Amino acid sequence: MLDELIDGTVSAETRTRLEEHLGGCAHCVVTLNTTRKTIEVYRSNELYALPKGVRDRLHAAIVARCKNGC
Amino acid sequence: MATIQVTEGNEQHPDVALVASAVAGDVHAFEALIRKYDRQIFRIAQHITQNREDAEDVMQDAFLKAYEKLDQFQGNSKFYTWLVRIAVNESLMRLRKRRTGKMVSIDEDIETDEGSVPRDLADWSPNPEQNYSQTELAKILRKTIQGLPPGFRVVFVLRDVDGLSTEETAEMLGLSVPAVKSRLLRARLQLRERLSRYFRSKKGGVE
Repeated sequence: MLDELIDGTVSAETRTRLEEHLGGCAHCVVTLNTTRKTIEVYRSNELYALPKGVRDRLHAAIVARCKNGC
Repeated sequence: MATIQVTEGNEQHPDVALVASAVAGDVHAFEALIRKYDRQIFRIAQHITQNREDAEDVMQDAFLKAYEKLDQFQGNSKFYTWLVRIAVNESLMRLRKRRTGKMVSIDEDIETDEGSVPRDLADWSPNPEQNYSQTELAKILRKTIQGLPPGFRVVFVLRDVDGLSTEETAEMLGLSVPAVKSRLLRARLQLRERLSRYFRSKKGGVE
């Protein structure tokens, strides 16, 4: 249910019932909000950036081998 | 963050034309596909292998393998879906090499209850990530996600970081839709539980 609420795939009826429950359950509200924040923080921070130099080197290597028929 | 384009109705996905040109021998068309997806492929490889050198090799090998087999690519799946499948398999191979004798698989069902029953119920500070420098935050996020099994990490990255659908993720990993859903839920809850150590509000006297 938590996942469906986060992903917005829950039916309107279930959503209403869940929201009613959430109104009276601090634990569920905390779990829901902190799980949403977990996703947001991972989505907005690139943990493994590909530096331009490495990217250029890898591109050149791939293309060179493609041109030679791999 | 990169987003994956979704094809609506009968509209042709732009990759179809690039793939067709590349099959006909246009290396520049293939280069365009590399430029479009290299960051995501590198990220997935790095999350699975947890090794920079391996991730670079996986990225190279995945594109080369895709180029070699381009004429076998079936247009009924998206190029990116197909490419990720190749990259995931390459990554798992590298991981197995490093962990000789250890079972490494995306589809093994990891029995763990960790995170499924939230233990840490303390609320977080309003913008908890702001209490850390960019470098510190990245270190925390990397350390936290690295503690998860590879099958959880990759599902979380594809679904929540890349924003792919459950169905696409299932196809990429050769998993069933319920298996993807179950791994995603457990990954989210485990990450949340682990991040709580850093992000929970200190006002509540939980510490």
